[in-house]
Amino acid sequence: MRIEAHGLHVRLGRREVLRGLDFVARAGEMTAVIGPNGAGKTTLLKALAGLVAPSAGAVSLAGRALGGWLPRARARALAYLPQERITHWALSARAVVALGRLPHQPMGAGESPADTRAIDAALTAMDISHLAARPVSEMSGGERTRVLIARALAQEPAALLADEPVAGLDPSHQLGLFGHLTALASAGRTVVVALHDLSLAARFCHRLVLMQAGRGVAAGAAEEVLTREHLEAVYGIAAQLTRIGGIPVVLVADVLP
Amino acid sequence: MRDFPGHLGLAPRYRIALLAAMAALAFMLSLFVGPSGLGIDATGEARALIFNEIRLPRALLGALVGGTLGLAGAALQGYLRNPLAEPSLVGISGGAALGAVLAIQLGLSHLLALALPIGGLAGAAIAMLAVVALAGAHGGPVTLILAGLAVSSIATALISLALNLSQNPFASVEMVFWMMGSLADRSLTQLWISAPLMLLGCGLLLTLARALDALTLGEDAATSLGIDLSRTRLAVIAGTALSVGAATAVTGIIGFVGLIVPHMLRRLVQHRPGLLLPASLFGGASMLLVADVALRVVQPWVELRIGVLTALIGAPFFVWLVLKTRAEIAP
Repeated sequence: MRIEAHGLHVRLGRREVLRGLDFVARAGEMTAVIGPNGAGKTTLLKALAGLVAPSAGAVSLAGRALGGWLPRARARALAYLPQERITHWALSARAVVALGRLPHQPMGAGESPADTRAIDAALTAMDISHLAARPVSEMSGGERTRVLIARALAQEPAALLADEPVAGLDPSHQLGLFGHLTALASAGRTVVVALHDLSLAARFCHRLVLMQAGRGVAAGAAEEVLTREHLEAVYGIAAQLTRIGGIPVVLVADVLP
Repeated sequence: MRDFPGHLGLAPRYRIALLAAMAALAFMLSLFVGPSGLGIDATGEARALIFNEIRLPRALLGALVGGTLGLAGAALQGYLRNPLAEPSLVGISGGAALGAVLAIQLGLSHLLALALPIGGLAGAAIAMLAVVALAGAHGGPVTLILAGLAVSSIATALISLALNLSQNPFASVEMVFWMMGSLADRSLTQLWISAPLMLLGCGLLLTLARALDALTLGEDAATSLGIDLSRTRLAVIAGTALSVGAATAVTGIIGFVGLIVPHMLRRLVQHRPGLLLPASLFGGASMLLVADVALRVVQPWVELRIGVLTALIGAPFFVWLVLKTRAEIAP
């Protein structure tokens, strides 16, 4: 399911956060949205999820304007993981993951066998089956993040938007998550992640979109986007994309004056 | 690691069914316990009269008003994601109280017996419109609380003014007593005009289950799960206004039921805000009916109003809740 945005302008209060951004994420690909703090990554993901209204420009999902989707139908097609890991009340991890099935359930209906399968698969994918009964209020930040990612996976969406999904995860779960996201993309899903970890972006994402001050600076494969010139101009760092043992890594040497 | 305690080992929906059975039992108790001491074996016209004119309206009103207060409390706590929320917080009961007090002050209640509940309903409706106008249809939970507080303050100020200007001491006493809240001596007619509104409001609040469940994840995630937040907000305000407004218009202010009941039942439904709605409906009905029966049992010795009893129990409970919340926020 293709997600596209053209000439996107978004205002938050008086500040224009997105200023004429073009964006595309294709089915079967994992797309990384990268850029320094305040570049507008989170706002872009919110606009793609239909959570903030653009002041100009348009977003389309599978060729149809986002506003033309019924909320429930859109929720079955597109899942969004917010940057803030919010869980109110002391729900069990399983109950939180089950919330991902809400768009699939008719009102008043209980858990169907398909729901149970999706929930159990999501718990397994995020390695939290053993925590299923534990209240999320008693979990560590990383565990809670995995529960919330599992919630988005249980939604079984054609397109997944995840804002900083690896923040707070230990290295083994970071790799585990990206392995799973890669598998989703290979299965034809559209995956968009906002990331600060440029090495993970270079290693796992098919396409990178580099943002600065609400505009797109570059888009394409890691080699085209993570150039010395771009990293210097956008992040203000002396850095280079290299390979260690065949794995792409962005080495940051220094912060430029 | 602490797993959820398996209360009775039952699934939540059976626990809710159990609460419904408890409410039915409390309703029967309310029908057959009273100062006139007529048990089930009493016969004749006197029994029929007491049963139809006093006990039945009182029991029905207790069940409806208790259920309304419990449900509205659960809905507001779920919507505001705050365990300290309560129906009186959103200004509706203040508005209803002001309407009823004005009906007494202007002498309307002596011209027409129904002027009191009708005044209460009008007050609740105006309060609701004021809250919606102040809070807006798209604002967050905080604006709703602030708008409710503002409307409550205005209602309180105007009630004070009415009491201050009242030249008839009997009217003043009537106003004060009315505000204390009571289920006693309400007619079937009062029940018939308020019951449909309470049922309608409760129906509206019960449709919020999915939205409140989704809001567990915050507003953005809830929207991404297909929940229309503006509609949810309007349903919360309208449902509370109809149900609590109609309840308060007939019984006066009965506080703290909407605070205590959801809190006591939250663990029973595994903290799920959607399931807490029906649970609090039945729990609220049970609690108010039992409290009312208890009042009738002690009536020969002390004449207590139910609003006073719930406040006496509820206020210390609120203190305990604040301390507990404080301990959770800053361990």
